[in-house]
Amino acid sequence: MRRFRRNRGALLGAVLVALLVGAAVFAPWLADRGPSQQDLRARLQPPSLTHPFGTDEFGRSLYSRVLHGARVSLLTGLIPVVAALVVGSSLGLLAGFFGGRLEGAIMRVMDVLLAFPSLLLALAVVGTLGPGLVNAVIAIAVVEIPQYARLVRSVVLGTREEDYVQAARALGAGNARLMLRHVLPSAIGPIVVQATLGIGFAILAMAGLSFLGLGVQPPTADWGEMLARGRRFLPEATWLMVFPGVAVSLTVLAFNLLGDGLRDALDPRS
Amino acid sequence: MLRYVVGRLVGTVPVLFGVTLLVFAMTVLTPGDRVVALLGDAAQGLGQAAREELRQELGLDQPLPLQYVQYVSGLVQGDLGRSARSRRPVVAEIRDRLPATVELALAGLAIAVALGVSLGVLAAVRRGSVFDSLAVAVALVGVSVPVFWMGFLLMIVFALELGWLPASGRGTWRHLVLPAVTVGVASAAFIARITRGAVIETLGQDYVRTARSKGLAERRVVLRHALRPAMLPIVTVVGLQLGGLLGGAVLTETVFAWPGVGRLLVDAIVARDLPLVQGCVLVIALLFIGVNLVVDLSYAAINPKVRYG
Repeated sequence: MRRFRRNRGALLGAVLVALLVGAAVFAPWLADRGPSQQDLRARLQPPSLTHPFGTDEFGRSLYSRVLHGARVSLLTGLIPVVAALVVGSSLGLLAGFFGGRLEGAIMRVMDVLLAFPSLLLALAVVGTLGPGLVNAVIAIAVVEIPQYARLVRSVVLGTREEDYVQAARALGAGNARLMLRHVLPSAIGPIVVQATLGIGFAILAMAGLSFLGLGVQPPTADWGEMLARGRRFLPEATWLMVFPGVAVSLTVLAFNLLGDGLRDALDPRS
Repeated sequence: MLRYVVGRLVGTVPVLFGVTLLVFAMTVLTPGDRVVALLGDAAQGLGQAAREELRQELGLDQPLPLQYVQYVSGLVQGDLGRSARSRRPVVAEIRDRLPATVELALAGLAIAVALGVSLGVLAAVRRGSVFDSLAVAVALVGVSVPVFWMGFLLMIVFALELGWLPASGRGTWRHLVLPAVTVGVASAAFIARITRGAVIETLGQDYVRTARSKGLAERRVVLRHALRPAMLPIVTVVGLQLGGLLGGAVLTETVFAWPGVGRLLVDAIVARDLPLVQGCVLVIALLFIGVNLVVDLSYAAINPKVRYG
C-alpha cells in the first residue's frame, strides 16, 4: 500500500477513476439537462457558457451526453471484464489443478483464441451473433478470457505442489476446497492487475465497436456512438469529435495508470 | 536452425486447425436459419420446401464433422464460398481489397518501429531528463487514446485545417501518410516503452562500460553495444504489436475510407453477409499467424539461445 501511494502515476490513476465513477453516479445532478433532451433551435452550437461542450445535430447538450456516457462506458468496461475473469479464472484453475487431458484441451482452445488479433476476434463474435450492445459485451468478454485462463493456470502450477497445499490435502481437504481456499488466493494479486488493465482495454474496444456501429446503438449516450455520429459534421463541428474522444482517452489512461501502479506495488522485485 | 524452423512450422498446424474450426463454427453458432445466413435476403422469402432443397444443395444436412471437412477442402482449393449480398466469390472480394490492407499495415509497422525505437533509445540515453519524462508520458497517452480518434485528430489538423494531406481515399503516397501514422502511433508507444527499458538495462552492463572506457564515441556505444542486445525484447514486442496493428488497421480504414479488408469486414458484418465475414476473419487471422511466424523465425536468427534451447 505504501509503495502504491508513493507512485505518483498510480495515484493520479486512482484519483481519475474515482472522479469518473463520481461523474457516472451523479451524472443526472451534474448535467445541465437530460442527455436526450432536444432543443432544435440550438443545433450544432459550439461550446459556450450556456452549452459547455456545445450541442449536437438535435440540439442535445454534449456536456450532459459525455457525462452520461461515463455510465455506459464504465458498465460496458466492467461487465465483460467480470465475465471474462470468472470464466477465464475457472478454466485456468481447472487446467492448472487437474492437468492432463483437461488442461491440454482447455489451453489449446485458449491458444486458438489468442491466435486472433483481439479486435478481429471481437468482430468475428459480433459478426456471428449480430451487432448490438449485448453481443458486443459478449465479444469483448470472449477476447479477454484466455488472458485470465493463462494467468491463473501459471499461478496454480506454481503453487499446487507447495507444502501448505500438500498439507491441506493430507488433512483431507477436497479438491474444491483446495482450489478455492488454498490455491486461488495466490492468484488474486495478478488477477486484480490484469482486470484493471482489462477494463481499459474493454472500454477502448467497446468505443471501437460502437464507432463502427456494431456496439451501443443510438440514442443511448455513449462515447463511441457519439464519435461515430460526430464525424458526419466534420469539418465544421469539431467539438463533437473532441469531447467524447478526450473522455475515452482519459478513462483508459486512468485504468492503465492504476493497473501499472498496482502491478509495481504488488511486484516484490520492484 | 533448420530443426527449429521445421518445429515451428509443425507447431502452426494445430493453430491453423483451431482457427479454421472456429471460423467454420461461426455458421453453426449464428442465430436463425443457416440457409438465410449463407445466402442472404434472397433466401428469406423462400418457402419451406425450397429452403430444404437449398439446405441439401449446400450440404447443411450432412453431419457437422463432414461439413467441416468439406469446408476445409474448399479452403485448400481457394474456395471461400460466395458473398450473400453480391454473390461474387469471397476470394475475389478479398483479393480486390487485400493489397490496400497489406500496404497500410506495412507502412504502419515501419512508422511504429522507426518512431518507437528512436524515441525509446533517446529517452533511455537521456534518462531522467525532461525529454525522458516527456517520452514516457507520450508513450502512456499513446496507448490510451483510441486509434480511430487519433485518426480523426490527425485528419482535422493536417487535412481539414492545414490542407497538407488528403483526408480520405487511396491513391498516391500522400493518401497513405495519415492512415499509416494513425495505425503506427499506438504501437510506437508500446515499442518506445519496451525499448527504453531494454536499453536502460543494457547501458548498465559491464561491457558497455568497457566499450566506453576504450574511448568509443557515445553514439557507437549506444547503437552497437547497447541497442543490439536490446533488440531481442524489442522484436518480441513488435511481434506482439502486430495483432493490435491489424485491429487498428480495421478501425483506421473506416476513418479514412481506405478500401481494405477491414472496411470490407465491417460492411459485411453490418449487412449480415456471413460468408464474407468468415472470409475476412480467416484471411486477417492467417495474415497474423503468418507474420508472427516470420517474427518468431527472425527472433531465432538473432538469438542463438532460441535455436538451441
